[in-house]
Amino acid sequence: MEKYTQFEGIVAPLDRANVDTDLIIPKQFLKSIKRTGFGPNLFDELRYLDEGQPGQDCTNRPINPDFVLNQPRYKGASVLLARRNFGCGSSREHAPWALTDFGFRTVLAPSFADIFFNNSFKNGLLPIVLAEDIIEDLFKQVAAHEGYALTIDLANQQIRKPDGSVIEFEVDPFRKHCLIEGLDDIGLTLQDADLIKDYEAARRQTAPWLFDAIK
Amino acid sequence: MAGKTLYDKLWDAHVVKQREDGTALIYIDRQLLHEVTSPQAFEGLRLAGRKPWRLDANIATPDHNVPTTDRSGPIADEVSRIQVQTLDDNCDEFGIVEFKMHDARQGIVHVVGPEQGATLPGMTIVCGDSHTATHGAFGALAHGIGTSEVEHVLATQCLIQKKMKSLQIKVNGVLGAGVTAKDVVLAIIAKIGTAGGTGYAIEFAGPVIESLSMEGRMTVCNMAIEAGARAGMVAVDEKTIEYFKGRTYAPKGGQWDRAVEYWNTLHSDADAQFDAVVELDGAAIKPQVSWGTSPEMVVAIDEPLPDPDAESDPVKAEGMRRAYHYMGLKPGITMADVVPDRVFIGSCTNSRIEDLRAAAAVAKGRKVSSKIKQAMVVPGSGLVKQQAEDEGLDKIFVEAGFEWREPGCSMCLAMNADRLGDGEHCASTSNRNFEGRQGYGGRTHLVSPAMAAAAAITGHFVDVRELSH
Repeated sequence: MEKYTQFEGIVAPLDRANVDTDLIIPKQFLKSIKRTGFGPNLFDELRYLDEGQPGQDCTNRPINPDFVLNQPRYKGASVLLARRNFGCGSSREHAPWALTDFGFRTVLAPSFADIFFNNSFKNGLLPIVLAEDIIEDLFKQVAAHEGYALTIDLANQQIRKPDGSVIEFEVDPFRKHCLIEGLDDIGLTLQDADLIKDYEAARRQTAPWLFDAIK
Repeated sequence: MAGKTLYDKLWDAHVVKQREDGTALIYIDRQLLHEVTSPQAFEGLRLAGRKPWRLDANIATPDHNVPTTDRSGPIADEVSRIQVQTLDDNCDEFGIVEFKMHDARQGIVHVVGPEQGATLPGMTIVCGDSHTATHGAFGALAHGIGTSEVEHVLATQCLIQKKMKSLQIKVNGVLGAGVTAKDVVLAIIAKIGTAGGTGYAIEFAGPVIESLSMEGRMTVCNMAIEAGARAGMVAVDEKTIEYFKGRTYAPKGGQWDRAVEYWNTLHSDADAQFDAVVELDGAAIKPQVSWGTSPEMVVAIDEPLPDPDAESDPVKAEGMRRAYHYMGLKPGITMADVVPDRVFIGSCTNSRIEDLRAAAAVAKGRKVSSKIKQAMVVPGSGLVKQQAEDEGLDKIFVEAGFEWREPGCSMCLAMNADRLGDGEHCASTSNRNFEGRQGYGGRTHLVSPAMAAAAAITGHFVDVRELSH
């Protein structure tokens, strides 16, 4: 995973609550056996006026001009502003894959669904929880100012607004560390391989039926 | 010191290492694999030159993409075929036991796991699928994970986790006749909302939950994620233990006795403290139907659909208006006014033998209404299908005009050929009514198997209790 660095990005507002993972990336695109290439199908059913097919070239599909990401003012957006319970539904990691492949690096929302929240950190996508009134104010700012951009500074846990004011945010220290360093957490866990083996040896004594049943 | 919750006990038994930052390395006893969320995980192992930590902790079966019609030829959709083939190839290459498409034991992972005894009480169980909470019905800690974590578990047999908060949902009293586990869980979600359980592990308890069969408890735990909770669970009791007798991968002989002794400790202590408690009166629950595009948009069958103008929360009201527009429905009507185009009985929520029996009891001696374009029954596994056929349920369905299909996820999420057309309504026993979930433009109404069968017979949503048996 690449290191997560400070950046300034255009904010795109997605003004609906309970955005589910089916909406973020519909099921037909889950048939891919790769981790990449999901960007053109991000929010497929909102973005286009026809039904998308896997492997299709999306450049000539009819686009929905009303959908926010199709509006020129949000071109190149890397900050997604969203409503409560973002990412609810399935465990598909294709959701953060599609968001990052499109170019998003952070999602700001009052709350996130647990599995999506967790999956995002594994893929260099920073989900930031902000109070509902702060989110509401950001929606107003974005609507009022074309090209509205925020600076996301993970190291200092700050979002800097164009007027210089700052929004502080919370992030789990371990997840922050992994994002900033771009760490592979499998490698980290394997540093504790001896502890895992010790656990297994003890567990085999107390619950032997948990081992060697499926062969 | 207060006693432990079931969740505390399961958590404590699996901590490999507690870290200073509040996270812990948690040992995973079982991983279930299917074709959709595993290919990138296996690829990750290959790229890093890693091997699975423990082969015998894994079991795989294809379910999302498999056709539910004739399987004598290859899967017609090439992309689906490649994905299923990739699972077969990965399991063969790494040495993981898989029930392939033509194996009689193939089925939906969440039906197959318990059926084989690959799911057992006291286990930590994961799968790259959010409905993994199903297995919590057996007093296990089970939850869905993403593909990166699938790879992490394959490589290390562990997950890095932070302990969740605990929520007890107590369903008191006694359920009325014709009211099922599905109605109970839909009523719970309607009450606490789709984010009501976010950050929590839910323990379902109380007389109603205790009265449910294991199949019913699986239905309830299955939809914990629709209430926002990754994990749902039920304490072990006699029914739980009885369920595993003779299952293929369940312990045998002396190990069985030791296991039962341990399993009997898997309940919350009487003085355990939960972070939150929600109570419902089971006797007040009526058959439920979802009307909107979120599993919290649910009404009792005789209730009028809610008015967004009466909703005080503007974000919620806006969501309701969007849902009405998508669903083509209006506030104030009742679901009895709605005609489903198709009926789907299946999915990891409701495709077990008890579900099929409940639907067949309604369908018996009756005919699917001419208003219904298609009514299909998709058993959860090859073994459920066999058992249903042994009981003659297939004949009841076919004589009534239902299609009797091969096992898989099918129209729950429409990754295979089974799907709704644009604008079609469906009475569905599945778990999600999101926009486009069952097909582009499709309109899902979540119901119990008996309610789905009743809708098929009468040609509109109806209170199943009004149909005399």
